[in-house]
Amino acid sequence: MRATGGPDVAVGDELLSVENVSLSFGGVKAVSDVSFDIRKGEIRAIIGPNGAGKTSMLNIINGFYHPQKGCITFKGQTRARMRPHDAAYGGIARTFQNVALFRGMTALDNIMAGRTLKMHSNFFWQLLRYGPAIREEVEHRHRVEEIIDFLKIQEIRRVPVGRLPYGLQKRVELGRALAMEPELLLLDEPMAGMNLEEKEDMSRFVLDVNDHYGTTIALIEHDMGVVMDLSDRVVVLDHGIKIADGTPDEVKRNQAVIDAYLGVAH
Amino acid sequence: MASNAAAGAETFPKLLIRNANVCGARPAMRHKDLGIWQTWTWSQTLDIVRAYAVGLHRLGVKRGETVAIVGGNRPKLYWSVMAVQMLGAIPVPVYADAVADELAYALAHAEVRFAAVEDQEQVDKIQSVMKRLPQLELMVYDEKRGLRDYDHSRLRPIDEVIDEGRKALADPAVAAWLDNEIATSKGSDPSIILYTSGTTGTSKGVVLTNERSIHAAADTVAFDKLTEKDVALAYLPLAWVGDHYLNYAQGLVSGFCTACPESPDTAMSDLREIGPSFYFAPPRTLEQLLTRVMIRMEDAGLIKRKVFHYFIAVARRYGERILNGENVSLTGRVLYAIGNILVYGPLKNVLGFSRVRVAYTAGEAVGPDLFSFYRSIGLNLKQLYGQTEAFLYVTAQPDGEIYADTVGPACPNVDIRIADNGEVQFRSPGMFSGYFKDETKTAEVMTPDGYVKTGDAGFFDEKTGHLKIIDRTKDVGKLNDGTMFPPKYIENKLKFFPNIHEAVALGDKQDFVTVMLNIDLTAVGSWAERNNVVYGSYQELAGHPLVYDMLEKHVAEVNRSLAEDKVMAGAQIRRFLILHKELDPDDGEITRTLKVRRGFIAERYAPLITALYDGSKEADISTQVTFEDGRKGTISARVKIRDMKPAATPAMGKAA
Repeated sequence: MRATGGPDVAVGDELLSVENVSLSFGGVKAVSDVSFDIRKGEIRAIIGPNGAGKTSMLNIINGFYHPQKGCITFKGQTRARMRPHDAAYGGIARTFQNVALFRGMTALDNIMAGRTLKMHSNFFWQLLRYGPAIREEVEHRHRVEEIIDFLKIQEIRRVPVGRLPYGLQKRVELGRALAMEPELLLLDEPMAGMNLEEKEDMSRFVLDVNDHYGTTIALIEHDMGVVMDLSDRVVVLDHGIKIADGTPDEVKRNQAVIDAYLGVAH
Repeated sequence: MASNAAAGAETFPKLLIRNANVCGARPAMRHKDLGIWQTWTWSQTLDIVRAYAVGLHRLGVKRGETVAIVGGNRPKLYWSVMAVQMLGAIPVPVYADAVADELAYALAHAEVRFAAVEDQEQVDKIQSVMKRLPQLELMVYDEKRGLRDYDHSRLRPIDEVIDEGRKALADPAVAAWLDNEIATSKGSDPSIILYTSGTTGTSKGVVLTNERSIHAAADTVAFDKLTEKDVALAYLPLAWVGDHYLNYAQGLVSGFCTACPESPDTAMSDLREIGPSFYFAPPRTLEQLLTRVMIRMEDAGLIKRKVFHYFIAVARRYGERILNGENVSLTGRVLYAIGNILVYGPLKNVLGFSRVRVAYTAGEAVGPDLFSFYRSIGLNLKQLYGQTEAFLYVTAQPDGEIYADTVGPACPNVDIRIADNGEVQFRSPGMFSGYFKDETKTAEVMTPDGYVKTGDAGFFDEKTGHLKIIDRTKDVGKLNDGTMFPPKYIENKLKFFPNIHEAVALGDKQDFVTVMLNIDLTAVGSWAERNNVVYGSYQELAGHPLVYDMLEKHVAEVNRSLAEDKVMAGAQIRRFLILHKELDPDDGEITRTLKVRRGFIAERYAPLITALYDGSKEADISTQVTFEDGRKGTISARVKIRDMKPAATPAMGKAA
């Protein structure tokens, strides 16, 4: 599915790496001793059966969970833990497994909310909505309109997101994440609960985001067809342990992965 | 402006130059981009199109050859049409939603070497059939998204073509060459090839010439008094004759502004923002709009709902008569004025009709209720009849002579006659010069004395002098006594009743007309609920005596309306029955586009048809049905048949 030939985004330098990260909740070990890296410009998939620790991993990356052991290196800076605002300012944006939008607000306002960190005019101008504040808003609105155009959601610009079908809500959520102009975009099951056509659309958008904006993408997904088509490299978790890491083809052939998905006779 | 159109300029590029000179600062085109309406004036448009034409020429587009245009209503594609015409080449717009196969047919048949396309989707589609298009050399595209990594040896963005042309135009020699090219084009040169949609066989390329197109457009621009101050929204397919006529040709002739929607899905809200003064919508769109309004009103508060329904009733009583300039009592006028402030005005505003001066509908029969609803709230909705071969207009209703069941008298300078077999034939200023590369088909539709056969049967209404279209000629049958029997005309009349979902009229080579009806489960079901009629299934409801009584009234009404036309009076319905099951595309009884398949139904329901004509009061039928999961089953039923008395004809009464 990926376009071949022509100038692609330079895949190479390491953007983020996690080393020997462990996270447990009381006696439950969500993630144990996992290391992997995400390179600039790639689409990196994290897969695994239910309860494998995929979402925990994303939460560690964007600083929502704090691992007990290990460290995270993002853009050359090594930390024991990420903090959410460091992640956000550093250029990490995400979408959620269960859509987390402002339901009463329009699609446009939701995406505008993604620009919050980029607004710099002071509180009083914003309160007056005058002078620098309005100039800034126009600029941000322009960026947001580009995203709306990119995601082809012009017709729902003014519709409160609570009234939208699920597939479109997911798209608005992606739009809000894109509004942050992230370097690293974390997608938690972007295609969950979608029908085939919606999945195809979303796959196309994920590829386009990667291609058009050069955004590095880490995604969790259950649909193997989608994962194998979209991603450059795949890391497989099972019970919080990394069992495989490599290109989709390598992973597909890996016996440990096959066992984890299909089960083995004990 | 319209008056000097025919005199001053005989080609579209010359019209463009005239517009730039006469009303250069007026908007020619608008397009909503990134949420903001962008405007191009006539002089800006001329600049762009000149540069574009030079750019295309440098890529190799030559006089007389064809260039495909594939995509939605976007300024750059309209400019592509203009630029191609400026070079004396012939644009060939193709439906953007055509599947790759159909696209390949049209592009191959038209022998295009170049194509101007909208976006990646169209590029992909054309590339997938490239094998069948050996002569296609280059595509230029509007939307660059997703195309960055494509092989650009045969692809070029339109912007780049325009930029290169602009640089080249800086050389006075190039500018002079272009002026000469524009001057060389003659009015008799082909201006466009429009492919018919192909619902009746393979699609044919209809060749229209500059001069004739401009003459036709000038006539209707004068007819509806369109000026450069008018605005239209171009939201119907670019490749359809309607869009090319109503927006492109009339726009260039009158100098009005054509607005392009942001995306196909936003057309309705764009309509509201633009507030067009000239509007066209097929009946189906009007119906969808009305349904949407009605559904939203049901969700409104009690007071709002009461006010709405009260004033809609007022509008139904007085609205149309006020619009037609008839005599209306003072009370009626006062009530209507209040309604206008409270309901009609706001409603039209929401629908984007506030500034519409002239609105047309065409394409299929429009329900009288639907038609009069829009007219009653003050929308000047009219009907027209036409086809691609005529460059759209054959007839149109003039202001003040509006009827739901006619399509109006012949347009200015159009001659219409009815052939012996009932077929409508016409000769018009805008008529086509022939089908592209298909002289046999051209000869088939042209009469020796230069009329075009429409393939539609119709007659002139005696009261109004307007044309009425009844059916396709090949579908019109004859009763044994020789009376004309147009099944679709009768079926449409029946289907305008909300309770009747589908109807099949029978009568060809029979003594009289009979119909088989399908009830509309939603409408009849809600009636049953209100009237305490208990039923367990569709079949039971369809066979209920009270339902029969209700539908009998509808059939009687249709008979009355048929009796009013002398030509139709003999084709009144004598017997009818209500089918025990819904006609279903899964069972092959109707097509996916919901057209009745008569031959198949005649076979499948043979026992019922026999009973309709042998005088039985009821008949047994058992039919195989396909369920949604693909399983098959059988439904059997005993279906009752009702007799109808024919209504008296006014004309018959006089004779007797």
